[in-house]
Amino acid sequence: MQDLESLSARALADIEASTDLAALDAVRVAVLGKKGSLTALLKSLGSLEPEARRTAGQAINGARDAITSALEARRERLESEALAQSLATGAVDVTLPGRGEEQGGLHPVVRTQTRIEEIFRRAGFEIAEGPEVEDDFHNFEALNVPADHPARAMHDTFYFPDGRLLRTHTSPVQIRAMRGSPMPLRIIAPGRVYRCDSDVTHTPMFHQVEGLVVDEGISFANLKAVLRHFVEQFFEKPRDLRFRASYFPFTEPSAEVDIQCVFCDGSGCRVCKQTGWLEVLGCGMVHPNVFRACGVDPERWQGYAFGMGVERLAMLRYSVNDLRLFFENDLRFLQQFNRG
Amino acid sequence: MKVSIDWLREWVDAGWDTATLAARLTMAGLEVEGIEPACAPFTGIVVGEVVACERHPDADKLTVCTVHDGSAAPLQVVCGAPNVRPGLRSAFARVGAELPGGLRIKRARLRGVESNGMLCSARELGLGEGHAGIIELPAELAVGQDLRAALALDDEVLEINVTPNRGDALSVLGVARDVAALAAAKLAPVPAEPVTAAIKERFEVRLSAPAACPRFAGRVIRGLRADARTPIWMCERLRRAGLRPISPVVDVTNYVMLELGQPMHAYDLRRLHGYIDVRWAREGEELALLDGRTAKLEPDVLVIADAAGPVGVAGIMGGERSGIDEGTTDVFLEVAYFAPDAIAGRARRLGMQTDASQRFERGVDPKLQERALDRATRLMLDIAGGQAGPAVLTQVEAELPRRPSVQLEVARIGRLLGVEVPRHEVEAMLRRLGMQVAGAGETLGVIPPSHRFDVSLPQDVIEEVARLYGYDRIPESDAPMPQVPRPATEQRVARERLALQLADRGYQQAVTYSFVAPAMQRLLDPSGESLALSNPISADLAVMRSSLWPGLVQALIENVRRQQDRVRLFEIGTRFIVTGGALTERQSIAGLAWGRAVPEQWGMPSRETDFFDVKGDVQALFALTGQRDPGYVADALPCLHPGRSARVTGASGTLGWIGELHPDLCRKLELRQPPIVFELDVESSFRAQLPVFIEISRYPQVRRDLAVVVPEAVSFDQIRSVVLAAAAGSLRELRLFDVYRGQGIEPGAKSVALGLILQERSRTLTDADGDAVVAAVIARLRSELGASIRDHA
Repeated sequence: MQDLESLSARALADIEASTDLAALDAVRVAVLGKKGSLTALLKSLGSLEPEARRTAGQAINGARDAITSALEARRERLESEALAQSLATGAVDVTLPGRGEEQGGLHPVVRTQTRIEEIFRRAGFEIAEGPEVEDDFHNFEALNVPADHPARAMHDTFYFPDGRLLRTHTSPVQIRAMRGSPMPLRIIAPGRVYRCDSDVTHTPMFHQVEGLVVDEGISFANLKAVLRHFVEQFFEKPRDLRFRASYFPFTEPSAEVDIQCVFCDGSGCRVCKQTGWLEVLGCGMVHPNVFRACGVDPERWQGYAFGMGVERLAMLRYSVNDLRLFFENDLRFLQQFNRG
Repeated sequence: MKVSIDWLREWVDAGWDTATLAARLTMAGLEVEGIEPACAPFTGIVVGEVVACERHPDADKLTVCTVHDGSAAPLQVVCGAPNVRPGLRSAFARVGAELPGGLRIKRARLRGVESNGMLCSARELGLGEGHAGIIELPAELAVGQDLRAALALDDEVLEINVTPNRGDALSVLGVARDVAALAAAKLAPVPAEPVTAAIKERFEVRLSAPAACPRFAGRVIRGLRADARTPIWMCERLRRAGLRPISPVVDVTNYVMLELGQPMHAYDLRRLHGYIDVRWAREGEELALLDGRTAKLEPDVLVIADAAGPVGVAGIMGGERSGIDEGTTDVFLEVAYFAPDAIAGRARRLGMQTDASQRFERGVDPKLQERALDRATRLMLDIAGGQAGPAVLTQVEAELPRRPSVQLEVARIGRLLGVEVPRHEVEAMLRRLGMQVAGAGETLGVIPPSHRFDVSLPQDVIEEVARLYGYDRIPESDAPMPQVPRPATEQRVARERLALQLADRGYQQAVTYSFVAPAMQRLLDPSGESLALSNPISADLAVMRSSLWPGLVQALIENVRRQQDRVRLFEIGTRFIVTGGALTERQSIAGLAWGRAVPEQWGMPSRETDFFDVKGDVQALFALTGQRDPGYVADALPCLHPGRSARVTGASGTLGWIGELHPDLCRKLELRQPPIVFELDVESSFRAQLPVFIEISRYPQVRRDLAVVVPEAVSFDQIRSVVLAAAAGSLRELRLFDVYRGQGIEPGAKSVALGLILQERSRTLTDADGDAVVAAVIARLRSELGASIRDHA
């Protein structure tokens, strides 16, 4: 058994001396391989007496286990060293920028309009659309604004030579919806509208979202509720609303809606001109003449309608201080709205 | 409209401070848009009397005055005004006084003469435009009295936005009526003291269009002093209302209009011929107006005419011929009621919206004419002397507006507003507004007062109730939600999804105007018809876009001008297409890419965007539909590069276009690189195919690659069709992984490298199967496209 001890000691020493996986494998083959030294010892057991065979067998197996686990330990060690080496040389500068396209984004007005639509959709409103080139009937007459009505001066209208016009509001979509579908109705009409006006606070084209709900027993109290819900969802904070009596030819009663200033919370600032209030919406109960023009029985149905300017809300939401920026399509402006 | 608070308080005192008054009016529909002091701040200015005047020894235009300012000793003051004279009372700024704008008055020497203060013009005090001389104050004002107190300058002016339905509120009286109703306060009565006629003279009035003018109160006044001046209190009130004093007669008519809301007109009696007739204009009539212009009168314009022709456009503006001037001493006063629909729209059409037309087209109280006439007469006589003739009322009773009783079911108030207002409160509020309320049952009969033109339906009455009750007291309540869900379609790709797809591929969404410059539209769409606006806001925004490209190209040009070196823009919006005069509006999605293919960076080689970059973006849009790829047919619009553009086609025909902008066009637009543009019709392009699950094959796939050389003219579409037909069922995917020209390939040919991914559903493909497919593909490529095989594996 002197052989075994020296063989085992040498094997362990060789394992320890191996500096790479190939050398280590050579040791394994030399000791444990088919023709390995330890394998040879095992083969020689057959020539011994049973008693001696058992004792010697136990000793050889013990030595083999020790060598095997030493091999394994050394292998792990060498592997982790090799990995560490390759990791060290394979390092990259992780602060270099990533490859590929940069993120584009939605236009802030479209983003705002989509958000308004989404809020109303969740409240059961359906989206209705209509033509932008309209006729006098849908844009004015059916909305209780006959020719020569002083309220026409409120709308500077773009006309075409044949008498058609660019819609001055999305209300004609409401008219088309009421004439085209059975009551009850719960719609919003978003889209581009046009007024012949251009200065610091007016662009000849802008976006509106109008809403219309017609049902039996719809009341002004319902209108007040829906607009509060909308405003609070849109600005994501509780807001006071102020309904002021006003006038639109297509609603009676009519109201302008002010909201508690979103910048100063009502304490007064430059944006709200120190009043604490921001005018953001017009609304009212659908005028019976409008119902009649649409063939809807005003004795049975009641409804509310409201309208808001999308640019105005976008300006308030994203602190944009100049309406005209929305239509200059300056990438430096547009790219500011790509987050979120 | 501007309303002085002091003036308003003469009519009603609600006991409110200015802020409360403004807030209450605003909430009730008379929106106060601003509160301004009646006069800029100044101090130390008193009523001074010029006691004596001497010429300045060293200056022709200066006067050395002795001014008494109420203190013990008179003061020496140097004054440059031409109207300074002994006995005149004027505004005197003492030494130490502070003028508007902060100028402080000091003792000074003017050309060697000491001056202890300053006599002031109206402009210097912010009291008007007058700067020709110092203010002339009435002799009744006590010398030494503070000017602010003497002229009640510590007044405030409300700027009220009166909505078109509330013509009744276009006067101090009208606003006062609402204040009285809101505060349940007492309203001063309109003075109704008839002026006794001193002379008998009348002037004949004919009402030839009685429906348009059913009521006309007129009066002759003779002997007005031509040198009379409008008293300062009236000038002040006019000024605070935003009007300029002109002459006593004109000022009085304006004053009464502001006070009572009744416009009126004074004619120079000398220049009227025969009679006054209120009639429709006759074909071809013209009128020289007070403002110097000439109006062409159409037959639906109501005129005031005399025997010699029109002397005024009724309710809008007087004519030049009969106007008042400095020499006028005898006048004929017109105080009429014109029906709103006889006036409405004409002023705007004639381009002469006036204070009068604004009121008449909204409705003037048809019962006010005689009282307004008396009020004006009294003021004129007080200011300018003269003798009044009798007030003559000409009217056609049958044509006067009626105020029929509005039948209001009481329960309807609660139904419409969502709040129960007690009936007694309803009645009290309506009465405060001057309405007559009758009826004891379920229904009220409400007769609005003659000054209200906006109350004819139950809803109108309910609005009045709401206004007085307070919109803020109406509770909020949620309407029941309908149970039927809104449609949620998967049949189309939502526009929002298309937008996000492009945004995620680096495009920035633009919103450009729907009207564009005709020149740009012609450049991009030379043969198309354009829908032109009659009244464009500018020549650059004059025609409706027939494509989104003009707007996007313009946006590109502007961004390049702003030094952007890479631009990717898209827009979703309406195109206005005119064919044979008929307009169709189509929703369109269009994009433009210019500059580098990818943002400049270290990790990828830099190159310019080309057709295939943008085609990839277009394909990514179509990928959302789940439909088969559309066709890309080599074809060009005039604005596109003839060899680098394609018509995108689907089952329904042309879906849109993609291509490089024509180099000639780029040169004209001064673009150093051509942008790649695309435009697709949203509705026909993005119908979505519902996903349908297909069993996944459990057998391995086999890949075979081959490179074939074909003539340049052979398109990839042709190669693909041949391969698809030849490979039949086992071809799962065809990959194109190289297109090569150059060394080793003869000129006029190209090498196309294809990867065939083969797989069967029911069995494992063998090598022999793969070889057979490749052989079949090669054979057909050879025979059908003249391909030669470069390599295969």
